[in-house]
Amino acid sequence: MSVAAVPARITPAAPRTARLRRVFGRSSVNVVLVVIGVLWLVPSLGLLVTSFRPAQDYFVSGWWNALIHPFVLTVENYRNILHTGNIGDALLTTAVITVPSTLLVVLIASLAAYALVFLEWRGRDWVLVLIVALMVVPLQMALLPVASLYKYLGLFATIPGVILYHVAFGLPFAIFLMRNFYTGIPRDLLEAARIDGANEWMMFRRIVLPLGKPALASLAIFEFLWVWNDLLVSLVLLGGNPHVPITVSIFNQLRQFGANIDLISTASFVSMIIPLAVFFAFQRSFVRGVLAGAVK
Amino acid sequence: MFIAPAAVLLGAIVVYPAVATVALSLFDRDTRNFVGADNYRALFGTADILVAIRNNAIWVIVFPFLVTFIGLVFAVLTERIRWATAFKTVVFMPMAISLFATGIIWRIVYETDPHRGVINAAVSTIVDAVHQPGLYALPNIKPISGLTAGADGSMVSAASVQPGSALLLGLTGIPLSGVPPAAQDAQPGTPAANAVSGVVWRDFSPGGHVGVIDPGEKGLPGMRLNLVAADGHVAATTTTTNNGGFRFDNAAGGSYRVAIDGANFRPGFGGVNWLGVQSLTPVSGLGSTGQALLTIPLIDIATIVAMLWMWSGFAMVVIGAGLAALNREVLEAARMDGASELQTFRHVTFPLLRPVLIVVIITMVINVLKIFDIILALAPDSSQQQANVLALEMWRVGFTGSQDHGLSSAIAVFLFLLVIPVIFVNIRRIRG
Repeated sequence: MSVAAVPARITPAAPRTARLRRVFGRSSVNVVLVVIGVLWLVPSLGLLVTSFRPAQDYFVSGWWNALIHPFVLTVENYRNILHTGNIGDALLTTAVITVPSTLLVVLIASLAAYALVFLEWRGRDWVLVLIVALMVVPLQMALLPVASLYKYLGLFATIPGVILYHVAFGLPFAIFLMRNFYTGIPRDLLEAARIDGANEWMMFRRIVLPLGKPALASLAIFEFLWVWNDLLVSLVLLGGNPHVPITVSIFNQLRQFGANIDLISTASFVSMIIPLAVFFAFQRSFVRGVLAGAVK
Repeated sequence: MFIAPAAVLLGAIVVYPAVATVALSLFDRDTRNFVGADNYRALFGTADILVAIRNNAIWVIVFPFLVTFIGLVFAVLTERIRWATAFKTVVFMPMAISLFATGIIWRIVYETDPHRGVINAAVSTIVDAVHQPGLYALPNIKPISGLTAGADGSMVSAASVQPGSALLLGLTGIPLSGVPPAAQDAQPGTPAANAVSGVVWRDFSPGGHVGVIDPGEKGLPGMRLNLVAADGHVAATTTTTNNGGFRFDNAAGGSYRVAIDGANFRPGFGGVNWLGVQSLTPVSGLGSTGQALLTIPLIDIATIVAMLWMWSGFAMVVIGAGLAALNREVLEAARMDGASELQTFRHVTFPLLRPVLIVVIITMVINVLKIFDIILALAPDSSQQQANVLALEMWRVGFTGSQDHGLSSAIAVFLFLLVIPVIFVNIRRIRG
């Protein structure tokens, strides 16, 4: 509509060139985006194809050759790691760490955020400041003392120990995210319920928690991906435990990169399947979480 | 109370240990003896750690701005495209993948051999097209009869000859697979009074004699030859035929040598070792520490590219949301006033977008200060030292090898000090 508003100053030929330029410009943008999109897919495709090739082929030719006739692809690698490797166990360990961590973070953070938003108490603002500060404390800051603490408590090299660490370091961001969401809930809703005689716990369960669902979903996805993809915490705090998550399991194979590329590429791809599935299934919530966490 | 579980966990696993780490950083490796600031002195006095600090500095200076720039470009490009969602999904997807798996994915991408690594394959296609490799790019090829090695990888006939005579030029070290399929049994070109003729052949056969064309020995076709006059200038050039024979016709009187051009043996593009330690900043004449610090290895760039692949989607999505939230009327007004697209972007869109860009940059600064997994997965042992970063060094010092808890804690504290400014920025943001 703005275009229609200006033509007074332009010669009759100009609108056509302008339109041409726009069409041409847009189609070149399309081409550029297609090229970038393809480039973006190539690295993952390389891993995917490599994981379906016989191991010895890795040394002979690039993975793209497997996409050209004759197609030399095999599911042998997948069969191998299912039968011989400990990838199944590692995947299970990852799940056993990730699911409780995610649930605990979501639950504890939504409770804490409720207290920060809807309850009046002294020092509340300072606690919020502290939580914002803790949000950027590097994971590395606590590893050594927590390892000692865990050894003392008998939590070292145990799954619960790893879960607690993930929950604790996930909390500041989680509380911050939930607090931002809760501040958008009208207080009148709660006041009305309070007058009707509801206690805090009922209001949390009946009003705030259901209203907070979108934020909870975003948070859960975030936490899930973080914990699922973690290497460092498990590497340090699970030392000596025979059951390790899949990232640690692949790390242990890494010294012979190349020699066991069939194992590494296959296990890496297996480790990516669930995060990618979560990403594609809940992309919207994920994006909402990214925006809520980043922009505020 | 609602906040109790969070308070207990944060107190026990974040706050108390963080304070304890500060204390530990003042003790020795076994955390027995108080050593004051010794660990911090070691931090700035150990070449390995200085390299890690240098790399973190490179990451913090380069990465956030690059990723924000790419995110901005992508966000603007996709703004009015119908299939933007598909593009965004593709670019955003790597964020769901672990840093560790990203490292492995890119390790395959960066393979040095152009037959295996996709980047080197692309580079070699271009390089070899511009700078064609020789027909006989074989590592072990060498002269054996009638030839000596010359300059520029060429081979020159041992004897000088007059027109009318013939030369037998024998090569060896050629596997049968290195002989072009068109090759026929070696046969010298027909001699003529005013021509220099001869043959270039694979002077090897079981039970054969050096310098003699034994039955079954193949000529080497397609070999580029120069006729070099006594004063060194090239009088003529020719190429051997399928039986290895050649003839330089119409040679003026005088003495000549025949040279096999070095281009015949020029190897193809061998691939760049992207994950290696070759320096981007060639320096010399400094002490070993200075040398290590100023040697920026190629792997730093390789890792940054892999991280860009992972995080550009994040920047694009956040900036895209910022763009979508801009006040359309302001933009329309600017266009109505006759501002071009570029002017509108520079003077209206960009300033309005600044808060969002700053958020992305801050998020990325925190992000790259803590990078660890991707270096561990991407850097081969041979270059890990040069690609080192603080978070990785903290782990290596504290949890592998000699397990120096004091120094490891000092590195963690240093890392924490680096993020403190971000804490204040964030607090100001929520207050404002």
